Parts: sequence; structure tokens; C-alpha cells
Amino acid sequence: MSSTEIERQWTTRLRHRAAGKLPPEKLLPDTQPSYVSSWIYVFGVATLASLILVIATGCILALRGPSWWHGSFIGHFVNSLHLWSVEVFFFAMVVHLWGKFFMGAWRGGRTATWMTGVVTFLASLMTAFTGYVSQSNFDSQWISTQAKDGINATGGGAYFNVLNMGQMLMWHIVLLPLVAVILTAVHVILVRMKGVVPPYDDAASATSAATTEGATK
Amino acid sequence: MALYSFLAALIPLNNYGHFIHWHWLYISYANFIVICLMVITFVAALLLPFPGHNRRKGNR
Repeated sequence: MSSTEIERQWTTRLRHRAAGKLPPEKLLPDTQPSYVSSWIYVFGVATLASLILVIATGCILALRGPSWWHGSFIGHFVNSLHLWSVEVFFFAMVVHLWGKFFMGAWRGGRTATWMTGVVTFLASLMTAFTGYVSQSNFDSQWISTQAKDGINATGGGAYFNVLNMGQMLMWHIVLLPLVAVILTAVHVILVRMKGVVPPYDDAASATSAATTEGATK
Repeated sequence: MALYSFLAALIPLNNYGHFIHWHWLYISYANFIVICLMVITFVAALLLPFPGHNRRKGNR
């Protein structure tokens, strides 16, 4: 195969494009800008860490099943770990959301980063909701019988039946986690590509410096 | 198991929930406490110094 043919292959073109957009030193950088050394920047990675724990404990629960998580001591413990890692996940995500909102994190061509974050938040809410109605206990019965009226009022009950335990469990353990994990991966890749949003002071001084430099040239 | 029973006795979860009802606001104490903790964490994250912040300023 000639080098021209190799260059024209879709795999070669895709690799060049990916390496151009996200070189390894950008994907896993050695240093960060000084403004990142603040506690408010910790909550994004705290959300990611708790998501990993949610997925890991969810996998263990899926392996053993409801009789184990309701009927054994270790099952109760893993079930509680799954619940509390979700609580930490949402806690960290909301603080991350507030921080990014007040930073205007959509600035500097970061609209896609912001929007993937918003949609991930909504997908996570749906994942948590289907989890609460899949507990197979009185609590889940109460939540689903209360929620059915709201869902039916929207006309969505024919497609999303909260009283259908099998459907809710499949949404909770297959579809929604897949969506949440893929969106999170895209969100993190976009953060690496565009970089962490600078504070308003830094962005303003960078703009004024560029303007002054342009005027003196 | 004894520890489990001890903790369950300390924090009884089988009672009716407690709610705050103030004009239009109707929220359980549990949710209210979590929201307060999130606000406190948010403010603390903005105000508390981050370890090594001054050292990193030189790398700007």
C-alpha cells in the first residue's frame, strides 16, 4: 500500500484529526492555570469520582439481585453505598453547577461543554428517579404510585410506565447509565479540549492585553 | 449486627417525616438541611484558601 493510500484511509484521517484536536499533553496535562487552585474547582472531579463509585456499587447489586441487597448484611451495606454515593454525586454536581453558573462557564466557545453538563444533569435526575422506583420495597411503591399521575398528565405514561417494574429497572441499569456515562465522557473531553474557564478578571485582562498589543503593532 | 441496631436506635427512620411549612414553602427538614449544607459548602469553597495557591501563582 502506498503512503498516499495510507494517508487517505479513514482511520489515518481520524487519528490525525483526533490528535490535532486533543493532543496527549492536553488530555492529561502536567500543570493547570493558577486560578484552578481553588476549592470551587474540586467539585467537578468529586462528581466524577462519586459517579465511578455509583457505577461500581450498581454493578455489584446487579450481580447479586434484590434478595441479596434486601436480605443480607453485606447486601444492605452495598445497597447503602450505592444510595449514599448517589447523594454525594448530586451534592457535588449541584455545587459544581452553581460554581460554573456564576463563573459563566459557557464563555470562550464553551457552549457545548455547558450544554453537555446540563443534559447530563437531567439524565442523572431520570436515572436517580428510575432507581428510586426500582428498589422493590414499599418506598418504591409509594413513589411510583404518586409519580404515575404526574407522568400520565403529560401523556407520556404509555411509553414510560412508572408502575412497570421491569421497564423502570431496564431504564435504570441500561439506558440511562449509558446516556449519563457517554455524556460525562463527552463533557470531560470538551473540558480538556477547551480548557477550564478562566475567572472574569483573567478573561477581561487577557482581552485588554490582546487589544493593547494589537494597537501597538 | 449490634452496631447496626445501635445506629438504628439512634436515628429512627420509621416515624413520620418532619416538614417546614412557611407560607408557600413546604419542604422536609432532611431536604432543607441538605440544601443548607450545599450552600455552606459552596461559600466555604469560595472563601477557604486552597493549599499551595500562592506557590502556583508564580506559574501563571
